[in-house]
Amino acid sequence: MTGFRKAPSPEGQAPETRTVEMSMQQALNRALDEVLAENPKAVIFGEDCGRLGGVFRITDGLQAKHGEGRVFDTPLAESGILGMSVGLAMAGFHPIPEVQFDGFAYPAINQIVCQMARMNYRSRGTLPMPITLRVPSFGGIRAPEHHGESLEALFAHVPGLKVVSPSNPNEAYHLLKYAATRPDPVIFMEPKSRYWQKGDVDLDGGGSPDAERNTGAKVMREGRHITLVAWGAMVARCLQVAELAAEDGIDVEVLDLRWLKPIDAEALASSVAKTRRAVVVHEAPLTSGLGAEVAQLITQSCFDTLKAPVERVTGFDVPYPSGDLEDEYIPNIDRILFGIQRVLEYRRG
Amino acid sequence: MDTLPPPDASNEAAPLTPIQLRELYSLMVAVRHLDTSTIAWQRQGIIPGYAPELGQEAAQVGSGYAVDTTRDFVFPTYREMGVARAMGVDMVAYMATHKATWHGGLYDPLTSRLAPIQAVVAGSVLHAVGWAHGQTLDNKDGVAMAYFGDGASSQGDVHEAMNFAAVMKAPVVFFTQNNGWAISVPTERQVAGGSVAARAAGYGIPAIKVDGNDVVAVVEATRRAFAHCRAGNGPVAIEAMTYRRGPHSTSDDPGRYRSLDAERTDAGVDPLERFRKQLLADGVGDESFFAEALAAAKAEEEQIRTGIQALGSRPGTEMFDLVFQETTPALQAQAANWREESEHV
Repeated sequence: MTGFRKAPSPEGQAPETRTVEMSMQQALNRALDEVLAENPKAVIFGEDCGRLGGVFRITDGLQAKHGEGRVFDTPLAESGILGMSVGLAMAGFHPIPEVQFDGFAYPAINQIVCQMARMNYRSRGTLPMPITLRVPSFGGIRAPEHHGESLEALFAHVPGLKVVSPSNPNEAYHLLKYAATRPDPVIFMEPKSRYWQKGDVDLDGGGSPDAERNTGAKVMREGRHITLVAWGAMVARCLQVAELAAEDGIDVEVLDLRWLKPIDAEALASSVAKTRRAVVVHEAPLTSGLGAEVAQLITQSCFDTLKAPVERVTGFDVPYPSGDLEDEYIPNIDRILFGIQRVLEYRRG
Repeated sequence: MDTLPPPDASNEAAPLTPIQLRELYSLMVAVRHLDTSTIAWQRQGIIPGYAPELGQEAAQVGSGYAVDTTRDFVFPTYREMGVARAMGVDMVAYMATHKATWHGGLYDPLTSRLAPIQAVVAGSVLHAVGWAHGQTLDNKDGVAMAYFGDGASSQGDVHEAMNFAAVMKAPVVFFTQNNGWAISVPTERQVAGGSVAARAAGYGIPAIKVDGNDVVAVVEATRRAFAHCRAGNGPVAIEAMTYRRGPHSTSDDPGRYRSLDAERTDAGVDPLERFRKQLLADGVGDESFFAEALAAAKAEEEQIRTGIQALGSRPGTEMFDLVFQETTPALQAQAANWREESEHV
């Protein structure tokens, strides 16, 4: 994330050299705007994403700019939205539906799992499902029940789906533009607690949707002593933890997994081969969470060199709690530091 | 019940010609013969399972016959063999799903205009709405037709689909085959509000309740519905009242939920026999034509049986290759392991 040239203003700059500070909300909005302009078959729809611009304003202004045929409101029915996406994809469109909040993906799970994920297989590749399902995800905003959930393991477990989550505005811009050009269904999990955080966005080449830049995991901070593996909102927290740990002389590497399916096993292996220790951090419940998958991938590639078992710092096996208890549930800095400590102090019995 | 406005004179379809009537009969005979033969194949171990449609030939052939395969698209569940046959789908490729060769069948959905077969019975009703809305966005005049039964009409997706289609004025024909039974549960324990067609009124969708055992009535109703959709008036619901004379599937035992006497009383007139009498009375068909139709059906059935018996299993690599358009490293690794550890290479 270093080396971007800071530009005072996007205006008048050659597009290939622009770096602009914006929030993740603005970065996502810009990516969608460009996707609509570049692909006449891209259509955006969901609850309130037309005139209102979405409850998080991610689709703000897009209907006014691109028309009601390209960006439209649907009735309030998630299965309907996803089922409609499948039909539109069969008709040659690239649907970019929105489920308003993560917990409302549950009513659409049949269409996601039995239909969207399987139609390419069922039709032997003749009916691809180029659907980018945007899901405002994870907690951290003290929202009511079902407005903050971590569904990544559920989605990643389903054959036929791909899952990605951006951790900052730059990732949001590039990963969304990339996801929205793929021929397979991608669940795009937006960390809603990060929507308003600003960061530099590299507009190099107008968000080139090239695989080299947008697939796999990404080292967000280099370190020698231990690897923290995270995604979505937890990446920023892990970077904070790394700063604090550095004060104690612990050099933490932070790996942003980005793609939760397919998981970049090579990046995990390469980071942990260097640090020989790892902690996976996620908001989702512990049991059968993606942390287990990540730990196994690390074990498989680094068993001989690991100094300690891979640790997990996660949410708990409880329904996502109310706002008052949210800070107890989501891995906080202290819990992550304890996780690091457990790994560093591990001694073979 | 018929709340669909009558077609205006310029839009009215011409009555079926004698050639078309004979074509309909031939299709119904072909479907009847293939259907009963497929049950026999299951008993003989040629295929593992099948969902028969005995008694639904008029509803299926009549509606499928009205489809224009140059521009329309049909969304079936798993009991639409007669629709597929009427649309001219490759029947060996269709039967491949019942042979357990490939879920969804081996036919090409894009050229046949028939979506893959599937078992979540209301799932595809929403796909029809999405596909139909795509027609509106593309300024095309294709119509989507979604098939579902009285049992499927209990699922929420049917209601979401009707609401979406009505709000968006999507060109969709919701074609319910009410065959009286959702496996073992009769319609009166399945469909509240009297009928599926009656529900359409709640969505502002015009509906036709048609005698599903009268093939000509079904063709006419479907043609009217298509014309209404094509003219930009939004969706139409058709409920074809028929009766599932056989079991739900080759694993089902209808004797546990209905008696043979009840079956005889409730099933009404056999749609094929009824049409045959009508053609005979109208002088459109004679005994030699009926004999020819049956002979053609037998020849066709023989060809399909040979075709499916010749179908080998799909190569295992397809299991991995067809999940995504762009594969993943994990899938490639699993495929490589499978190749190494499998004897089926």
